[in-house]
Amino acid sequence: MAEEVLLFGVWGSPFSRRVEMALKLKGIQYKYFEEDLTNKSPTLLKYNPIHKKIPVLVHNGKPIAESQVILEYIDETWKGYPIFPKDPYERANARFWAKFIDEKCLPGIFNACWGEEKQHENAVKEACELLKHLENEIGEKKYFGGEAIGFLDIVANFIGFWLGIFEEASGTKLLTREEFPKLSNWVGVFVSSSGIKENLPPARDKLIAYFRSQFGTGSTDATK
Amino acid sequence: MAEKVVLLDFWASMFGMRVRVALAEKGIKYEYREEDLKNKSDLLLQMNPIHKKIPVLIHNGKPICESLIIVQYIDEVWNDKSPLLPSDPYKRAQARFWADFVDKKVVDAWIKLRSTKGEEHEAAKKQFLEILKTLEEELGEKPYFGGETFGFVDVAFVTFYSWFYTFETFGEFSTEAEHPKIIAWAKRCMQKESVAKTLPDQQKVYEYVLGVTKRSLGE
Repeated sequence: MAEEVLLFGVWGSPFSRRVEMALKLKGIQYKYFEEDLTNKSPTLLKYNPIHKKIPVLVHNGKPIAESQVILEYIDETWKGYPIFPKDPYERANARFWAKFIDEKCLPGIFNACWGEEKQHENAVKEACELLKHLENEIGEKKYFGGEAIGFLDIVANFIGFWLGIFEEASGTKLLTREEFPKLSNWVGVFVSSSGIKENLPPARDKLIAYFRSQFGTGSTDATK
Repeated sequence: MAEKVVLLDFWASMFGMRVRVALAEKGIKYEYREEDLKNKSDLLLQMNPIHKKIPVLIHNGKPICESLIIVQYIDEVWNDKSPLLPSDPYKRAQARFWADFVDKKVVDAWIKLRSTKGEEHEAAKKQFLEILKTLEEELGEKPYFGGETFGFVDVAFVTFYSWFYTFETFGEFSTEAEHPKIIAWAKRCMQKESVAKTLPDQQKVYEYVLGVTKRSLGE
């Protein structure tokens, strides 16, 4: 049977782009469907009835949801470019930091950019503490995956690209070169890497405007 | 080199129990160290500096944190018996999805249940029951979430069974009455030695939670 790979996503979503990065690194052909989150398609609701969210990968009619679960599926199903390390300890480590990024960093950064004004200073401090852990984790490595882009780099796409968008949209700067030289280096390398740079959302201004319209212009003015 | 496996844990933690069940399924010998959560050991803080939480598995000196990540690690390293994740990639993805669902939904719902009153409490109860309904539907007619054999999602969720009396008392509902298939599944799992020997008595868990709740209200 001819292989059919469908991806339901949103152009500006880091979660959606993670799946595209993985598919492109593996050289997998797929059909992309752009979803309107204010008017979700019946197809999306059929394929992800539990969470009703993007991204959803549909492989030969069978849906897989949750970006990290999809990345594991892609690596296990298609050979070629290895996304996960082979060693079980390194795999556990990659999963640990991926969970840290999605469950701690994302909400922490969001809070620092768009949280309550009176909590702003604390929120910034907390977000920077979280980023410090990533600074220590990248260390002297070129990528989180070592010499080549891996699972954790793909999950960290939020830090690599969307953090900068959030910073511009909200006016809160978190990832400074002075405080985070190693992570800043990784960001530079990541966004210019082949396999990644072609898969970042275009129209940066449009993306910034979108986040501003969703979350406001930021909680920073009072403390500048 | 001789294997050295240490587990830093807390007896009532449903997350720690997941690791204990997995280790028992695989027949792995390990040293169990009970943590005092109000006075965490230097070892715990050193092995899990980011979250400072249990469970932590220390394998030949190297720490692994986060219960589902630990269970996957155990499954990958001790892969000679009792596989917890299926071998088919699509089934593995489904297992990961549902284990993640348990993690994302059940604890949150419990926190809402224990900390709300009146209308909010009723809403929290409704939400909790919805989650159980979704899990019951996913289980369907299968003996286990994993199908014919006990697997990853069963490990992820069965440990919450030891907290059911607590959930039901705080939430004023009966899982048996509302979602009997879940109870039937839990009792089926309890027939396994790894589960029966790991899960503490539901009443004991309830008394512990009551004690913690009274203390935090008294502060």
